[in-house]
Parts: sequence; structure tokens; C-alpha cells
Amino acid sequence: MKVSVITFPGSNCDADALEAFALRGHEARSVWHKNTDLGDPDLLILPGGFSYGDYLRCGALARFSPIISEVYKYAEKGGMILGICNGFQILTELGLLPGALMQNKSLNFICRHQYIRVESVDTPFTHGLKKGMALDIPIAHKEGNYFIDEAGLDQLQDNDQIVFRYSNALGHITPEANPNGAVYDIAGICSNNRRILGMMPHPERAATPSVTSNDGLNIIKAVEAYFESSH
Amino acid sequence: MLKAKIFVQLKASVLDPQGKAVTNSLHSLGYTAIRDTRVSKYIELLIEEDDPEKAEYLVNSICDKLLANPNTEHYRFELEQA
Repeated sequence: MKVSVITFPGSNCDADALEAFALRGHEARSVWHKNTDLGDPDLLILPGGFSYGDYLRCGALARFSPIISEVYKYAEKGGMILGICNGFQILTELGLLPGALMQNKSLNFICRHQYIRVESVDTPFTHGLKKGMALDIPIAHKEGNYFIDEAGLDQLQDNDQIVFRYSNALGHITPEANPNGAVYDIAGICSNNRRILGMMPHPERAATPSVTSNDGLNIIKAVEAYFESSH
Repeated sequence: MLKAKIFVQLKASVLDPQGKAVTNSLHSLGYTAIRDTRVSKYIELLIEEDDPEKAEYLVNSICDKLLANPNTEHYRFELEQA
């Protein structure tokens, strides 16, 4: 696969994402936000970090980067996009995913391992996974508290757009397992066409031999399997 | 020249964790009469425009496009001579 990772000023998980995909043998390339060429990727990644210093609202100012008009075009033609953490925040600010990421209920920056439960397997990112399985994927954010109004939540549920929910290690959804106060324990959602995923946890930080959890590989392998099956 | 004083607030339906923390702190200071706190953003814009109607149109579009997130926030503003 050809994987492009956009670097915004303040992105800091771009190199991790590049490494995670390069280690799997993919052609991973970095795209500076001032470029206007995405490099015709099979998968586009908006990485974690603090684009534009989180000024005004997290992800809000990334919209004015020159590369964004290409992101819109890529999304329009059905391109696969993975937004991780700040990337998820950017996708909501771009209007490519519904809802918003608010400050954590505790007001604390939370950096820790977190289990998430696979809710929908009908996405390229969960293709072939088992519904209900729990993945150990780290989180690191202060604004990860997903919010959407009731009508919006109904729509997400009706369209099976909720991809991951915070859970405990057994895959049980409990109040204690929700780290940030997110509505309906939502950790990740996909677009209507299912090809854009935004998630707060960092699969790229759980996908290399040097770290304790490799559960993020499940998501990378799912994308690979989906890509192979559709080519 | 006009100055816009803009207040960007979380919608009433959105939980405000900062406001909640402030309420709790006020209670621990003994201000038990405080029922709720909402923390908002206050933004000032200095506008090269003398016509209040044009300025109002401008500020509305600026708020809609950037300063407020319609998913979670609403805004109001006042204009004054600067």
C-alpha cells in the first residue's frame, strides 16, 4: 500500500505512524502541510499531536493548511483516511466526521493504556476483526471527550458508524472504563461511506516490537486485508 | 473603526468540565450559593468598518466559519465605536 502521513506544524506522531506502516513493508511517505500533492495514497493518515498549538480549538486551524483542499478532494472520491487523536479532532473540524472533541471530564491530560471494544467490523479499519473484541491501545490526550447531540448519536447508531467504544480488558463497557467522559463511551467513529475513521487512541503506538502492546497491529492488518480484498 | 466583543459559549446541552471544576472549587471556598458555572471565551475584533450593519454581517460570518464550533458552541456579540 501507499501510505501518506500529513505533517502539520505541531504534529508529533507523524514519525510513529510512518514507522508503523513502513515496518509492515508499505511505501510510507511524509507530506508537509504546505504541499499540494498527497502522493496518490491508498491510505491517508492525519497523525496525532498539537497542530497549530491547539490554538482556538484543537484541530480548528489545520483547516487553513494548503494541503487541506487536497484532503477534501481525496475524501470526495472515496479515499481511505485514518485520523488519530489530533487527526480525529481535525476531521471533525473539517466536517468530514460529525461531532466534536471536548476537554476531558477530569480536565487532565491522560496518557495511559486503554482498552477499546470493536463495535463495527464493517469498515476497512476493522475488516476481518471480531465484533466485541477488546484491543489494548494507548491514549494520550486532553481533549478526547467526544460529544455529539442526541439526534447525531441516533444517526451514528442507525448507520453503524460507531467503530470503537472504551471498555475494560474483558470488553465490558463500564463507567470506570471511560477515560474522558465521551458520549456513549465513543472512542472512534467512521464516515457515512465508512472509509474515514477518526479515533482518539493511538494504534501506531501499539504496533512495533519495542512496545508492550501490539494490538494496534490488528487495525493495520485489517486495512491490509481490506486493501488486498478490494484489489 | 468598530470593535466587536464576542462571547463564544458552550451550548446549554453540552457539559462544561471546566465550569464544573470551578463550581466545586467555589464550594470548597465556602461559596455554597453557587449553583453552576459556565466558562466561555471572549474575543475582541477591531474592524476597519464604520457601518454597523456591514460589521455585523462580517462578524457573523467570521463566527460561523471559524470562531465558534456549531456542534458545541453558540456565540453573541456587541459592536462599539473604537
